[in-house]
Amino acid sequence: MSTLEERGSDNTPAVPEPIPNPGLPAHTWRPTDVDPAKEKRAERQVAAFFLVSAICSVLFVVSYFAFDVGDNWTTFGGLGASTLFLGLTLGIGLMSIGVGVIHWARKLMADHEIMEMRHPAASSVEDREATVEALNTGIEESGIGRRPLVRNSLLGAVGLIGIAPLVALRDLGPTPNEVAEDADYPGAGLYRTVWQQGMPIVRDAIGTKIKAEDLEVGDLVNAAPEILYPTEENGWEGALEGVEVQITKSKAALLLLRMDPAEIQAAPGRENWTVDGIIAYSKICTHVGCPISLNERTTHHLLCPCHQSTFDLADAGKVIFGPAARPLPQLPIEVDSEGYLVAVSDFDEPVGPSFWERNKG
Amino acid sequence: MSNSSFDTSKVASTNATAATAAKPTKAGVVANWADERLGLGTAMKKNLRKVFPDHWSFMLGEIALWSFVILLLTGGFLTLWYDPSMAEVTYEGAYDPMRGVHMSASYASTLHLSFDVRGGLLMRQIHHWAAMLFIAAMLVHMMRVAFTGAYRKPRELNWVIGCILLLLGTIEGFTGYSLPDDLLSGTGVRAADGFMKASPVIGSYMSFFIFGGEFPGEAVIPRFYVAHVLLIPGILLALIAAHMLLLVYHKHTQWPGPGRTNDNVVGYPMLPVYAAKAGGFFFIVFGVTAVMGALLTINPVWQYGPYDPTKVTAGSQPDWYMGWPDGALRIIPGWESEIFGYLISWNVMIPILILPPLMLMVLILLPFIESWVTGDKREHHLLQRPRDAPTRTAVMVALMTFYGVLWAAGGNDIIAIKLHLSINQITYAFRVLTFLGPIIAFIITKRWCISLQRHDREKVLHGYETGVIMRSPEGGYSERHLPISEEKAYSLTARERDEVWSPESETDANGIPAPGTRVNRLRARLSANMFGDNVQPPTREEIEAAHHHAEHEHQLQSALDGRSADGHQFDGHHSVEGETLSRDD
Repeated sequence: MSTLEERGSDNTPAVPEPIPNPGLPAHTWRPTDVDPAKEKRAERQVAAFFLVSAICSVLFVVSYFAFDVGDNWTTFGGLGASTLFLGLTLGIGLMSIGVGVIHWARKLMADHEIMEMRHPAASSVEDREATVEALNTGIEESGIGRRPLVRNSLLGAVGLIGIAPLVALRDLGPTPNEVAEDADYPGAGLYRTVWQQGMPIVRDAIGTKIKAEDLEVGDLVNAAPEILYPTEENGWEGALEGVEVQITKSKAALLLLRMDPAEIQAAPGRENWTVDGIIAYSKICTHVGCPISLNERTTHHLLCPCHQSTFDLADAGKVIFGPAARPLPQLPIEVDSEGYLVAVSDFDEPVGPSFWERNKG
Repeated sequence: MSNSSFDTSKVASTNATAATAAKPTKAGVVANWADERLGLGTAMKKNLRKVFPDHWSFMLGEIALWSFVILLLTGGFLTLWYDPSMAEVTYEGAYDPMRGVHMSASYASTLHLSFDVRGGLLMRQIHHWAAMLFIAAMLVHMMRVAFTGAYRKPRELNWVIGCILLLLGTIEGFTGYSLPDDLLSGTGVRAADGFMKASPVIGSYMSFFIFGGEFPGEAVIPRFYVAHVLLIPGILLALIAAHMLLLVYHKHTQWPGPGRTNDNVVGYPMLPVYAAKAGGFFFIVFGVTAVMGALLTINPVWQYGPYDPTKVTAGSQPDWYMGWPDGALRIIPGWESEIFGYLISWNVMIPILILPPLMLMVLILLPFIESWVTGDKREHHLLQRPRDAPTRTAVMVALMTFYGVLWAAGGNDIIAIKLHLSINQITYAFRVLTFLGPIIAFIITKRWCISLQRHDREKVLHGYETGVIMRSPEGGYSERHLPISEEKAYSLTARERDEVWSPESETDANGIPAPGTRVNRLRARLSANMFGDNVQPPTREEIEAAHHHAEHEHQLQSALDGRSADGHQFDGHHSVEGETLSRDD
């Protein structure tokens, strides 16, 4: 190995050549080099490609004005006439230029291979020494080595000024605690949702209240808090505004399922969280927060379409398969005086993905 | 400094030359005008005719480069209409099914781009296809570089830059496809929120800072936008420039062959041939992506609808390059632990926060680990065939297998549906394959390479198999071998011998072993594992002995030489012009 180390300074690996290098093969002339007719033909071919490109450019402009984009997007196999013809004319126009130029290079440009010698990546020894010397002189003249007070105070100052941009980023957003304490929308923060005592449970998308007796055994309903569907009658108008709607949705989404009450294995302390076999779970996966949606009706198993975590709705939302670690949070429910389903309280744990201080709330 | 110290001796003569040149060409006039102001002549003198060697595999990086240019061009077009705002609007555009629907301004402007701006959907699709191509080309280019050993000294730093480009390209892709704020991409951002929250200590703070409060907030799309169109492309551009400058400085690697050595570079000059080929290739890549944009629908966001945190579609998947961490995220068991009441989500941290950075580190370190084991400090400009570095090739194939298994696991639901299999069993199978697959791939690849090396050695020593079976007077059968051409034999043998590193060789002049014996033992063992089984090219003596042997055999078979029955008509290695198959005696 010492031989290798010695060769370290030498940039030429000693290729042990069992067969002597025969040298570059002789150049062979192409048909276009020796036959003027073929040369002319190649020239015409190249020009033909450029002509095709020019025609495509014209057709592009014609397509742009001829096809209206708004109405015809489903024509031609769902591609849309405008998109299709603009793309094809642009694509063929571009490709023709490319093919023409490469054809030109291959058939008509000189094809003599030339050789260049390589040089070591490193600079020459003299240059390197001169650089090191200049560097040392510069360092010496600056006195940074001789004046530790200047050096160290500079290091401290530069280090501290680096804090400025970091601190300035602080207002990117409020902290989780600030949101929980100061935000003026209901259910703000990581530990709470908009669910509260008496909050009516309504059908997702249409916002109608749900009567317990209207649900058949086996029915699965995507549900939401009534606050997301404000009307004059229910009095939620103005409760949530703008971005608060999406935030509330992302935490309050609910799944309602009616099972045979005998099938439900209620977790300790949750015996009266259900109404006649109707059980409510958070729809937000405890893994990374996708809304869970795939239901196996016969087994009461619910599958998350993102990463296939599977939860057993009959058994306290327990994880029976997949990467999720925690059961789905369950919402205690009851019926109000008119027989509509309402929440008893908020969830008793944070919904959605895990976070560091989750169990500290 | 006084003016007198400037060297003015050439000023007059330069001007004089320019003025007195009998008939300067047009290009020459322009060049002179520019040089008198920019002084680029010295640098250009060498580089205009710079040599680039030719091989199809050198084109892969070019695809990545041109895709990036296409991304800049089409992306610039898209910014003219796209509105990076999460403010709620009511869509009133041309796309009927969405009219009257409440959505974010970013989604509405994406629909506007797709259905009301002529060429808008085309540009969106070209942009998305070019992004896919950009990352795919980078990945394949990286494999080419690794498989051929092009990352060895002096190109290690360019390899590192390339690895960072791959990472940045992936992040750029993620921020880009999140911008339309449709249901699919919103689901991806929702998962990203889960990833952030899973970070120890700072997780929830990170999420609240990036989303400007609780998920989804109103801040994330504008922030992704500025990252996508300014910050990341700026860094990408700078790193690509550095990548290209280093390529020019190092000069391109080349395959060994007659006249092509470690000290030279043989190929076509940059001007005109390489400039024409590379420039023409840009138009071809752009043309192909344009045709793809015209014919192949990609990311039809209008079908997904606006983002709604309560909705998701089955088969939700990220773009392909995010598939492998997603696969790891799918097959990991639900591990979580608690210390002092704080939650550690291993089920998210391992696949997303640990595995991808770890994989990147492994990639970055490959050339450094290799040069440490070999102790090789020399410059390498000749490429190695993958078979000639069996361990490196096997490591790469093992990494590819690891990536491939996880990538397939990212589609475990699709596989289950298409093949009517149980998702649970598929997931268990992937868990096993993640660990077993790379090991099996490593062993098979290494042995495969070594047997290919053996085959090369056979060809050099005993010639190629003609397929002609000879019967000896005694009745024995043998296959006739004919020598390969000198050029081929040279190309096959023009490689270095592998040397197994041993601690004994690391002694100083007095025979005192170098310090750090434990590290040395590890290094020696790795070196023995890496190179011990490799087949070395034959020595000159071995070749001579083999040829002597072959000559003897030929004498025995000489009665057939020149006859139609010697078989070379059929092997494709010799010209058969003027020969006939009929017996001519």
